[in-house]
Amino acid sequence: MTAAAAYDAAGQIAGRAVEAAGPPTETVSIVERTADTLDRSVGGFSRAVAAADTPVPLPPSTPFGAALGAVYVGQLARARVARVPLLFVAAFQSLGIMLLLRGVVDVGNETTSEQVVAGSTVLVVAFVALNLLAQRFGALRAAGALDYYLTLPVPGSAVVLGTAASYASFAVPGMIITAVVGSLLYGLPLSGLWLLLPVAVMAGASLAGIGAVIGLLAPRQELATVAGQVGMSVVLFLGIIPADRLPLGIDVLRDLLPSTYAVDVLAGAFRPSVNWGMVTVDLLVCALVAFVTLLAASIALRRAGNAPR
Amino acid sequence: MGRVLSYVVRGLTRRHGAGEHAVLATSNIDLDVGRGEVFGVLGPNGAGKTTLLRQLMGLIRPDAGSITMFGWDVVARPDIPPRLAAYLGQHDMALEDLPVGRAVETTARLRGLGRGAARAARDAVVDELGLAPVVARPMRQLSGGQRRLASVACTLVGDRMVLVLDEPTTGLDPTARRAVWSALERRRAAAGVTVVLVTHNVLEAETVLDRVAVLDAGRVIACDTPGRLKASVSNDVRLDLVWRCDPPAHDPTIARLARQAEISGRRWTTRMDAAAARDALARLTSGPAFAALDDFTLATPSLEDVYLALGGASRTLERT
Repeated sequence: MTAAAAYDAAGQIAGRAVEAAGPPTETVSIVERTADTLDRSVGGFSRAVAAADTPVPLPPSTPFGAALGAVYVGQLARARVARVPLLFVAAFQSLGIMLLLRGVVDVGNETTSEQVVAGSTVLVVAFVALNLLAQRFGALRAAGALDYYLTLPVPGSAVVLGTAASYASFAVPGMIITAVVGSLLYGLPLSGLWLLLPVAVMAGASLAGIGAVIGLLAPRQELATVAGQVGMSVVLFLGIIPADRLPLGIDVLRDLLPSTYAVDVLAGAFRPSVNWGMVTVDLLVCALVAFVTLLAASIALRRAGNAPR
Repeated sequence: MGRVLSYVVRGLTRRHGAGEHAVLATSNIDLDVGRGEVFGVLGPNGAGKTTLLRQLMGLIRPDAGSITMFGWDVVARPDIPPRLAAYLGQHDMALEDLPVGRAVETTARLRGLGRGAARAARDAVVDELGLAPVVARPMRQLSGGQRRLASVACTLVGDRMVLVLDEPTTGLDPTARRAVWSALERRRAAAGVTVVLVTHNVLEAETVLDRVAVLDAGRVIACDTPGRLKASVSNDVRLDLVWRCDPPAHDPTIARLARQAEISGRRWTTRMDAAAARDALARLTSGPAFAALDDFTLATPSLEDVYLALGGASRTLERT
């Protein structure tokens, strides 16, 4: 463009913007390209808002079951990307502990062997459902990323329960590996291991509930991380060390921990005869803790949004 | 009954912190946003833009004031906005481990769509925003711009009546930016969707917004169409000159411009009435100074000028 032409162009529009990175003048082709697909997706909606002079009827919230399913499936999909930390790190830790103690424990002492294997197995759940979930919720909260869930028309309890359930599921492969390898390592029978299923569900729910409460209530992300790790360490010590060898006073703590009841169920699974009454009571304790903690976490999630960013 | 507005905001005030560290994040804000309007909130960092949007979404309770959305009281019923609006926040951590397609589909399901409808809506919005080549890749592995675009896709899916967007085009390249704008414009044209968005990009604010509220330190210091806001400030135009090398100082036009220009390196910014600007540009482009002139821009006052003229103190607005 010559100087004169440039001047003319600038003069004619007399002060209109001649900015280099111009307005969206090339949108036409994009608009045309997407016209068909969009007509399908927004057509029904345009009819719905056509009668615009009355207050808008509220679209329904997403039902609890559908929301729970969507959260759970969405969280499970994360395992494909974060496979190693979510599914296997916990198992490595438990396998390491069992190998270490194999050199210390008298394998002939069945009570101790049962306790070590059961405690290591439940430790997998504590690592994933308590520790990792506390860290996850703590990080989401610190980043303001809980806004994503809080601005969707879903109940908070569905978000908490769906996420907790997915983290409990992440623990299942590690639990199976740990229990089977542990049984072989310590010469314990494998026949009662089907009890892993209810233990995974109940220990998973109760420990994930504690993890969610920690992550959503800790004032800072670092505190959520520390509390999650301390919680896991407590499960480690009180779960693996047999009750009769714990120092006086500490054994009271053992009774307060929901993981203890899961460990007791699993330890019983290695014995020839299972005390069904005790198993039921132990699992009910886990269920009660799960109910209370998940309820608290749901309330905490709702409050987490009302914070400055 | 009259036409119900998308948002009616009155006296909205929210204080962050306590005691002497307390900051008014939003201070006595009044706004009306009409149905089908593309409404912008412009302001520098820390002006309270995000806090305002989070209040509109029911995420933060105001200390005082009211918000109604299509006639519903948002302060009393914070569950209302998620049913009527979709929100794009600044952080996508909740979705970062998910492949793009799964993230969009999951969001659609959480907005209540059935499995088939969620997949169809996912495919439509992925095509619309040009995300098909990365649909199977986890969001955390994408470039910043693609990742933001994927978050926009999650916001658009599920057809809400209102879109509340916190800096939707930050980090996007021009093509992706246009794709977002055409997507928003289509929804407004076809379904009367209301858009409330935060930007600190002046050019964006001028080209795409119907109305803009200029925020400074939690207060709305102006609210009108971009054209009227600019006209209210001044009739002057801005002439930007960029020099390839030092211009001839003896040239009388150069000497006159140099006296009144804000000079930043080789860039001169001058403000004058339109006739004087045309005259100066004619002399520059036909005289000896033209050899040294690399580029020039003649423009009406920008919203940045509006912001500064209205008493805005910060200079962190973006021009491009």
